[in-house]
Amino acid sequence: MNGQQLDRPVSSAISSDELRRLRAIVGEVPDPEIPVLTIEDLGVLRDVTVDDGVVVATITPTYSGCPAMDAIRADVLCALREQGVEQARVQTVLSPAWSTDWISEDGRRKLREFGIAPPARCAAPPAGQLISLSVCCPLCGSLHTREVSHFGSTACKALYVCETCHEPFDHFKTL
Amino acid sequence: MTDVAAYALRLGDDALVLSQRLAWWCSKSPEIEEDLAVANIALDLLGQARALLGYAGELEGLGRDEDALAYLRSEGEFTNLLLVEHDNGDFAVTTARQLLFSTYQLALYRRLAESRDETLAGVAGKAVKEVAYHRDHATKWTLRLGDGTDESHRRMQAGLERVWPYAAEMFGPDALTDRLSAAGVGVDPATLRAAWDEYVDGVLAEATLARPQTDWHPSGGRRGVHTEGFGYLIAELQHLHRSFPGASW
Repeated sequence: MNGQQLDRPVSSAISSDELRRLRAIVGEVPDPEIPVLTIEDLGVLRDVTVDDGVVVATITPTYSGCPAMDAIRADVLCALREQGVEQARVQTVLSPAWSTDWISEDGRRKLREFGIAPPARCAAPPAGQLISLSVCCPLCGSLHTREVSHFGSTACKALYVCETCHEPFDHFKTL
Repeated sequence: MTDVAAYALRLGDDALVLSQRLAWWCSKSPEIEEDLAVANIALDLLGQARALLGYAGELEGLGRDEDALAYLRSEGEFTNLLLVEHDNGDFAVTTARQLLFSTYQLALYRRLAESRDETLAGVAGKAVKEVAYHRDHATKWTLRLGDGTDESHRRMQAGLERVWPYAAEMFGPDALTDRLSAAGVGVDPATLRAAWDEYVDGVLAEATLARPQTDWHPSGGRRGVHTEGFGYLIAELQHLHRSFPGASW
């Protein structure tokens, strides 16, 4: 890549500092279904770049059918417009496939505080080999918990119940 | 339509039609957790269908988007497998259909994730983790019903007998898969059979179920020749869009 190409963002009148600032702003967009988390916390926001003067936010879905994607797309454009950025678009990529490993430490803490048990902190097991580790109750900390349903209120969650404090809770499935 | 477009379309049709069938269960499942489970599985499949149909439309280049392909094609233009359009029957029939299809789809997507076509590889790589959950879910229900009460065992075996003849079509190669597998883009479905047999046989044995024996293997879905119930499914799927063109939320 030569210097001329590297200069392109500058000639498009958006400096790298400005891009960093826009990324921070876009990253603050909350997830519509788990509003305590931002799309940066979730790892849904992959990048903010500039293409021929147009700001391009790249996002990736947690699950293929995640219905929140349309809302996230609209919210990202809205956040950019509030910064005076009119020339913007959102692109969706599927590859590399999103993994719960992309949820930040901060995101995990926020999930726990919100009453959702965060996913296991390890690379997801190979497809088809679903390991079951004890899920820690986000309310009392007990490991004596039981899965009630593999599928929960949204595609990314499973339903659990704590055998110690008897409270039901959501678990963000490891993916 | 180019080969890759036709291939994306058939895989998208499989996901779309099964999603439509499964969505029917929502609010009618045997227990509330199952309403959530079936709806979630249907949603995953719908997401896969959107990506695949969208890609097929893009490659076709005639301006048809995912909605045009889902809502404005007639029955004979759908190229899904007959298995996915098979009626839901009771919960055991649906469970059997899920076991047979998700085991196949998982094996297919794992291979397709290595496709030379980046978009197909991306869609499959994304979906493989979801389908692993679908297969796991179908496996658990097959075990629970098969190795359950006399009544649940009887109905699970009957469900299996109902859908079993349609399994063979999943593994039938045709000119399209021949060309695409040679090009490293698609998968020769016949090569998925051995691993499928091994997994399904293992589950059936553990569930105390007998592997059905049949010489009847209906096919035709990939050529647009469908079963009687398919017209009703398509009518329900397309009714709103055709009655109110351009309707959106």
